[in-house]
Amino acid sequence: MGDIKKHETPTIDDLKKGPFPSFVDDIEIFGLNKKKQACLDLLGQLELSYKNKETHWKHGGIVGVFGYGGGVIGRYSDQQDKFPAIWAFHTIRVNQPASKFYHVSALRKLCDLWDHRGSGMTNFHGSTGDMVLLGTTTEQLEPVFFDLTHQMNMDLGGSGSNLRTPSCCVGKARCEFACIDTQALCYDLTMTYQDELHRPAFPYKFKFKISGCPNDCVAAIARSDMSIIGTWIDDIRIDQEAVKAYVGGELKPNAGAHAGRDWGAFDIQKEVIDLCPTGCMSWDGNKLTIDNKNCVRCMHCINVMPEALRPGTDTGATILMGAKAPILEGAQLSTVMIPFIRLEPPYDNLKEIVENVWMFWMEEGKNRERLGELIQRVGLANFVETVKLKHIPQMIREPRSNPYVFWKEEEVPGGWKRDIAEFRKRHPA
Amino acid sequence: MADKIYEEIQNVQLDEIFSKPYDPELGEKLYNPQKPMENRITDIGPPHYAQFFPPVIKKNYGKWKSHEIIEPGVIKYTSETGDVVYAVRCATPRLATTDYIREICEIAEKYCEGYVRWTTRNNIEFHVTDEEKLRALLDDLKGRKHPGGSYKFPVGGTGCSVTNIVHTQGWVHCHTPAIDASGIVKSVMDDLFEDFQNMRLPAKVRIALACCLNMCGAVHCSDIAILGIHRKPPLVEDERLEYVCEIPLVIAACPLGAIKPATVEIDGKKKKTVRVNESRCMFCGNCYTMCPAMPLADGEGDGIAILVGGKISNRISAPKFSKLIIPYIPNEPPRWPTTVKWVKKILETYAQHARKYERVGDWAERIGWEKFFELCEIPFSEKTMDDYRLAYDTYRTSMHFKFTSHVEIK
Repeated sequence: MGDIKKHETPTIDDLKKGPFPSFVDDIEIFGLNKKKQACLDLLGQLELSYKNKETHWKHGGIVGVFGYGGGVIGRYSDQQDKFPAIWAFHTIRVNQPASKFYHVSALRKLCDLWDHRGSGMTNFHGSTGDMVLLGTTTEQLEPVFFDLTHQMNMDLGGSGSNLRTPSCCVGKARCEFACIDTQALCYDLTMTYQDELHRPAFPYKFKFKISGCPNDCVAAIARSDMSIIGTWIDDIRIDQEAVKAYVGGELKPNAGAHAGRDWGAFDIQKEVIDLCPTGCMSWDGNKLTIDNKNCVRCMHCINVMPEALRPGTDTGATILMGAKAPILEGAQLSTVMIPFIRLEPPYDNLKEIVENVWMFWMEEGKNRERLGELIQRVGLANFVETVKLKHIPQMIREPRSNPYVFWKEEEVPGGWKRDIAEFRKRHPA
Repeated sequence: MADKIYEEIQNVQLDEIFSKPYDPELGEKLYNPQKPMENRITDIGPPHYAQFFPPVIKKNYGKWKSHEIIEPGVIKYTSETGDVVYAVRCATPRLATTDYIREICEIAEKYCEGYVRWTTRNNIEFHVTDEEKLRALLDDLKGRKHPGGSYKFPVGGTGCSVTNIVHTQGWVHCHTPAIDASGIVKSVMDDLFEDFQNMRLPAKVRIALACCLNMCGAVHCSDIAILGIHRKPPLVEDERLEYVCEIPLVIAACPLGAIKPATVEIDGKKKKTVRVNESRCMFCGNCYTMCPAMPLADGEGDGIAILVGGKISNRISAPKFSKLIIPYIPNEPPRWPTTVKWVKKILETYAQHARKYERVGDWAERIGWEKFFELCEIPFSEKTMDDYRLAYDTYRTSMHFKFTSHVEIK
């Protein structure tokens, strides 16, 4: 540890002010205390970016660990002379434990590892869910990997055209709404598909995200190629006494989420019954009734009165597919493929579907074509047939409004082979 | 079967490997560059989640009955067994040093038996089981500040508040950004800090930031989205392109077919390169992702677009996309005042006008987007009218509109 050099950073120093945690203060003090030139160089380069409003990180650079095709993202500075400590500054994605609970013994050891082998800077966590170790050199990649696997029992996450690190919500560990064991499923899928996670064999990235209920706290429906969202198929459980307690003002509606403003007395008719999207509820002043056959499980009534209403007990998941951000064809939300599936270890029923989908996507998908784009290109009905699912109205919001059906020859009596001479006998030209 | 998972979870113990000190020399001892397969362990996957559950979480797995936000940032969960746990939620900047994490560990050890959790939105959650510890923890967290005065662990982000901003790397560590991420998040959250810590809004408000159109931050379904955009077509580095790019892949990467192959002569040598039909470019940057010799970044051209009204939850209305309402705001480091001003303006207008339980998008749809522009005093721009795929879905094809200030009567 020789001398370290702190750069002048008057512009970004402004970000030390204000109440929200300052990353500038954190990184600068850490850099000075731990004599990490990389931290000070990173702030120096950021100052430069703040001056000229452009990034100073170069494009790509293929680095990795032996036998894996993902988990490490190469990164180089274009300011080698000014900021030599961050010239090579690669990212390592470490697969997080499902739902991101930790014990300090694991975190502290990871910190020791990263202080020794990297910059000491992290993202807790990356958008996909990994623990992201931010900034090390190429020579350190294998030792980091050996440290992770030998000393931490940890492994790398996904990047590139791989299965990306699956992620899930807090689930039954701390949420009464969870209809499925999100962590158990997330862990099982991650372990089953280690090969797909570490070795790129897909046309592009593939994401699993698992939420325990339709509140969808991990944004599965917006961000994952296969969205697994817990739901129930029986009746919402009602505690009529607790409903009366909400109506009587003894319990706070929406679990106290609106406490910052005086919204007046709770009005069950206005706030629950009238906001139900299917109008399937009624309140007669004494008893709450739900027509469960017409419920779409939006969770509003349950969210408003969690002491009184709970999801049913016959639980499983809805499987939706194809969500992605706008690049390239525009943003997509996932589409319903299986309205209800029971999910119990070893989840063979789900894995069969996963593997059918992958097989089709690997055969038909173009380079960098997400599953959602493939579904659009081949058409939903074709996709459903190819992956051996059943066509049902739950898959669409409304029927098509054009009549351009691709009828198949075998669907039309007599087929398509016709004799023009015969036709002209009936219809002279 | 659920009971079987419960039993399994009870039997998972904290891995003893974590109690052994880190050996800084082991990596070099085990890794042999001449024999890379020697001592290599692969495909072990992540550590088992259940070993990191605090005892109260482990014991009550699957038994939670209800919850209540007892004050901003503190959620009390009650189990069928009668147990309770308080989750204390704090924002973090996501970009964190190991010393910041060590400080989290110190707090977790002092109050939470050594356990801590991170949320999907970069908050941390400390779990305590009695009120006395809860009060001590909250007091402790309040007193922890950086030298510049910012809170290290501000408590909030529950219920009808603005919770922490999901965001990306920006200029801190990405090669394709049009904007910074961490600095804009800091600037916006500083300004909305009160709304992080109280719950006065009609519904929760989710803000997200992505520093380019790749949208690692999944801003496409957020109540308010801050998105980095480029506005100049890629530069083409003829001299270098054929050495660093697969030309057919670059051509195929352009969603608008604006890139075609070309040959140029440089110093008497023929070089393969590409040409861009600039009037066709929508600045998505997909070509640059495929080809480092086609950079787009430009200090004058790049900036921010604001999108609003997206959501993830299925509550009341279906999940929906965010809509572009401000096509461009220049980059204004270090504090991005124009962006902060508009985010604040949208939030305040929403807080004033929306009904209880209405998300930003539900409110805008109820009042009509023309009314939204009028109330928020956002100048309407032709650039918010879609002309990409499926644009027709956004055209008004009914008489159902309001006469706002946009309508000129002649």
